[in-house]
Amino acid sequence: MALLEVRDLHTRIKLKRGAVRAVDGVSFSVEAGETVGLVGESGCGKTLTALSIMRLLPAGGSSPRGSVLLDGRDLLRLDEDEMAGVRGNDIGMIFQDPMTALNPTMTVGRQISEAVRIHRGAGKRAARERAVEVLRQVGMPSPEQRAADYPHQLSGGMRQRAMIAMALAAEPRLLIADEPTTALDPTVRRQILELIDGLRERLGMAVVLVAHDLGVIAGHADRVNVMYAGRIVESARTARLYAGPRHPYTEALFDALPDRAAEGGTRLYSIPGQPPDPADPPAACRFAARCRYAQEDCRTQDPPYRTDEETGDRYACFHPVGTTQRTGAEPAAGTGIAAAGREPAPVQLGDVLLEVTDLVKDYPVTKGLLRRRVGTVSAVAGVSFSLRAGETLGLVGETGCGKTTLARLIVGLEASTSGTIRVAGEDLAALTPRARRRRRRDVQLMFQDTHAAMDPRMRTRAVVREPLDIQRIGDRAFREARIRELFEQVGLPVSALERYPHEFSGGQRQRVGLARALAPAPRLIVADEPVSALDASIQSQVLSVMKDVRSEFGLSYLFISHDLSAVRHLADRIAVMYLGKLVELGPAEAVRARPVHPYTRALVDAVPVADPAVERGRIVTGAGGEPPSALDPPSGCRFRTRCPAAREICARQEPPLARHGPDGHQAACHFPLVPLSAEEVDTRRR
Amino acid sequence: MRMLSPAFPEPGDPGSSAGALLEPAPGPPRSLFRRGLAAFLEHKLAVAAVGVLACYIVFCYLGPVFYHGDTSQVRMGELTRPPGAGRPLGTDQQGVDELGKLMRSGRVTLEVGVTSGLLASVIGTLYGAVAGYAGGWVDALMMRTVDALMAIPIVFALVYLAATRGRTKTVFILAIALTSWFGLTRLTRGDTLALKVRDYVAACRMMGGRTPRILTRHILPNTAGTTIVNTSLTVADSVFALSVLSYLGLGLPAPDDDWGGMFAAGAGYLDQGYWWMIYPPGLSIVLVIVSCTLVGDALRDVFEPRRPQGVTRLWPS
Repeated sequence: MALLEVRDLHTRIKLKRGAVRAVDGVSFSVEAGETVGLVGESGCGKTLTALSIMRLLPAGGSSPRGSVLLDGRDLLRLDEDEMAGVRGNDIGMIFQDPMTALNPTMTVGRQISEAVRIHRGAGKRAARERAVEVLRQVGMPSPEQRAADYPHQLSGGMRQRAMIAMALAAEPRLLIADEPTTALDPTVRRQILELIDGLRERLGMAVVLVAHDLGVIAGHADRVNVMYAGRIVESARTARLYAGPRHPYTEALFDALPDRAAEGGTRLYSIPGQPPDPADPPAACRFAARCRYAQEDCRTQDPPYRTDEETGDRYACFHPVGTTQRTGAEPAAGTGIAAAGREPAPVQLGDVLLEVTDLVKDYPVTKGLLRRRVGTVSAVAGVSFSLRAGETLGLVGETGCGKTTLARLIVGLEASTSGTIRVAGEDLAALTPRARRRRRRDVQLMFQDTHAAMDPRMRTRAVVREPLDIQRIGDRAFREARIRELFEQVGLPVSALERYPHEFSGGQRQRVGLARALAPAPRLIVADEPVSALDASIQSQVLSVMKDVRSEFGLSYLFISHDLSAVRHLADRIAVMYLGKLVELGPAEAVRARPVHPYTRALVDAVPVADPAVERGRIVTGAGGEPPSALDPPSGCRFRTRCPAAREICARQEPPLARHGPDGHQAACHFPLVPLSAEEVDTRRR
Repeated sequence: MRMLSPAFPEPGDPGSSAGALLEPAPGPPRSLFRRGLAAFLEHKLAVAAVGVLACYIVFCYLGPVFYHGDTSQVRMGELTRPPGAGRPLGTDQQGVDELGKLMRSGRVTLEVGVTSGLLASVIGTLYGAVAGYAGGWVDALMMRTVDALMAIPIVFALVYLAATRGRTKTVFILAIALTSWFGLTRLTRGDTLALKVRDYVAACRMMGGRTPRILTRHILPNTAGTTIVNTSLTVADSVFALSVLSYLGLGLPAPDDDWGGMFAAGAGYLDQGYWWMIYPPGLSIVLVIVSCTLVGDALRDVFEPRRPQGVTRLWPS
């Protein structure tokens, strides 16, 4: 008998009109000591499945139907008191955002010991000792001191460790982890996933791992359930699923991974359209409208599960992958420019468009009434690079490395402390205000949070027209025509002009953002994490559109992301930033395949690969710990505090950015992973 | 300008389903006003409150057209008569018809209340937006001034102004407006501080937009919610302030009067049981103030749907 058995679970969320069938007939089981993955796009019901098991539904959630058997006991039949005894005691839960899940007014130690006291009836002292013990168990550095800290005093990774410690305090038999790493940096993400893995083995827990990313799941789950529109569409052992998915949706999710497209040299696949309205799903296959294999029967009947008796693998599809020819043409990403499946022609590189030299940005830290300066946050510390017309430079780095500050400096939202930024040969700081405003057309910015970047009281027509109005480009009729043309180019219907930003999904809104950035016909678009907030399948849609308009308009991009695989899809060259400094810069493939700097290596290793064999067999050399504060950066090489190769010289002397290959590959490291050629050593000596 | 790409999918082309499915939200596009109206109409109490206010406006302004109670003459033979034929609400201590007087004083009350409420809102919004957007020492100076003004007891300030500047309608409007804009100014300043660091303001600056555009297109429209909600509450407060002044005997000189003055006159005869002199003006004051407050609460839900719903909302819609 499985530890957890979920049978035919139905959960509805009541709305003002009607109800959303958030979970609609989900069944799966988890054995003791097993990790089961729950994967799907946002809104597919994976989080609500987890919350239904815990019976922690949001307001308007009806009590779930079906059964949730934990060791044979049906949790859905327990009364609220009994259920409270199950939560935390038998089932622990980790939430996506530890900042909101922890109480900001209590120390971490007290929160954990509270859990122990409730579930174990332990005394104050014993509970406190247990709290420190669990904190040590989850790898928290100096647990005694950290137990006395408040949540805001901890970094993101440490907060997530504290959350895990809290969930583990009463040694639950089942741990539900709801996107435990989504809010974390890649190098920290890997540490947390490995921690959960190790704890599961040591404590013999069962784990339900909820994620939207097939890569995250690959190395850590024994079995994967793929969810779509409130249902499990495919359930299989991990190795089997990654070797050959049978449900077209699973296949489409794989095809939408930028890494796969980059390896195969094919155009990134985007799943067309959007999931069905959860309040009124079709009485047929729910994926049929977006499916490449859909036949007539898919649109009229609901496919039953086909189960492999031996392994328990099952999927719900009439025409599984490999049995039928694809019917629909390969849908393009929504633009009319690139025909389906074809890569846009490569862009001819022009002259140097953007030249950044020794750029420095310090933020003073002041204290008290008189604004006494007590310190400096060194956000960007001497960055130099150049970008040619038609080229895309990917800028990669973790939270707080200064990449957003760099973007804001380049588009002119911040003034630099020193250094120069030249656009098409002109130093922006030296121009008159009027000329500088005119120059603003050439460089536009795409924001990460599109919701915040558009005035909620403006229709999208006004949003996209604003740069034209400000720059006084064309007359009324011209502007209107230009807006319509832009909307078609980014793949939005003209009717969308009448809508307000909040009526769009995240992917659509980012298309509006792209249209706005394109409006004044810029030469360079600085894209600050444009797809980080989006689902994988939507990410690929936006990336494809960005790629299409690049070749159409001969644009350059400065593409900023913490995710190496998204950058890789678009970038010709990649720059890696750590604590305000460039540590490596080179051709995209070279940087990824032969990283020279240990930090780049750690970033490359941190990218999850959607291949269980690779993921499990991986030996990670990566960086431990978390980035130090930019308020007081380490002397010499700023990465030395986390670097496995660091020696004494690294603390004394800052390594310069030096050549590491024939193709302009540069890195700043005393002990590069790829040794210098004799000729390079020679040049360096001179 | 570039030409449109001819390859944009035609209807019937398999690829065009992508375009059709990209339709943002179901239903025809609706303006924010229509949506707000729909949200407002869900508040049954607030809709009733609007009805009450409308009735009072009709009553005070159109009433005298149909009802000709003499409100200008003192009739010694008709003092403090209870309601009866020819005097539906009786007469007051000077023999003046109560119903006619209720209409006429209602006009004064509503005019002073609404005008000073609006005036206070304009002052408060502009002051707060300028202080918040300017920031730095300008902000500090402006807001400390507000703090100092707030420290003066309002009734004292009102009494002082009414006593030194004469008791005319204009003085009352100015006096009440000048003592009731502080709360709104603080709210607007707070909103502005939050709004000016929003990404869409950054986007506007990045495109080359200047301060006047940012203030008028992005910041003020987005503080409109706060302003509108508070205006209705300020109107309620102004009606109350005027009533208080009149009750204290500092209202408009005779023969002009307002509901507060009528109520005060009636309160003098409490022992004699002349209820018709107390209830009509008293109830009118209460109804107008409560209605304004209910409308304000509903507007708050319209403009900030995610906030917990107002306490005055008695039943869920």
